[in-house]
Amino acid sequence: MSDITVDVNMDLKGLACPLPVVKVSQQIKKMDVGQVLVAETTDPGAHSDFPAWAKSSGNEILDTVKEGNVSKFYIKKVK
Amino acid sequence: MDVEKTLQSIQEQMADVVDARKDKLSMVVFSGDLDKLLAAFIIATGAVAMGLEVVMFFTFWATPALRDKKKKGKGKDIFAKMFGFMLPKGPSKVTLSQMNMGGMGTAMMKKIMKKKNVSSLEEMIELAGELGVRIFICEMSMDLMGFTRDEIIDYPGLESVGVASFLAEAGDSKIQLFI
Repeated sequence: MSDITVDVNMDLKGLACPLPVVKVSQQIKKMDVGQVLVAETTDPGAHSDFPAWAKSSGNEILDTVKEGNVSKFYIKKVK
Repeated sequence: MDVEKTLQSIQEQMADVVDARKDKLSMVVFSGDLDKLLAAFIIATGAVAMGLEVVMFFTFWATPALRDKKKKGKGKDIFAKMFGFMLPKGPSKVTLSQMNMGGMGTAMMKKIMKKKNVSSLEEMIELAGELGVRIFICEMSMDLMGFTRDEIIDYPGLESVGVASFLAEAGDSKIQLFI
């Protein structure tokens, strides 16, 4: 649905708080600035956790797609 | 009216203000209950994800939660042996702060957590270690309850400290919590 070029795919379905943001923050460290990752999660708290994490880490959420109970967050490493 | 001097003084004051609080979370973990310990570790690991440095100070009832069930403390007197027997031996033995119902409540909670894929306390402690969460154990609590360092779990960089060490960390932390 989203035509964003993705560099890393993360299947975090089934993982519960705080693992989704923990794993994304670990992965982002290994990426270059400008690269994009997409995180698929079923964590109910993700809709508020991901934006909060993005704000405090200075990274950008390009898009959020919701398919049933799975949310996909397209995140770009800004710094 | 020495503008330069005033400017320099203001810059120095600014430096103090700006550097005063580091991106750090310091927590006193006082409770030995499963639910409270879980909350402490979820917050701690979440904080690392948010870019914070984390220090957890385990004291009083939280101290037994760091015992390794496979290890045995040596050289204990009668009181230490009693404490050792009465207090939980490690993270797998701690119980809920409410609704424990003789152990049934805790068992049910663990079952539901497993079903919903929520990490267990042991898993959270391991994750915290991998993420670089620092754990300080209160020397005094250890001494009071008769626990020795050789019966504590293997946790990277674990330190036995007094309250001043914790307060030094808390002093320049952005967030301080008591659990």
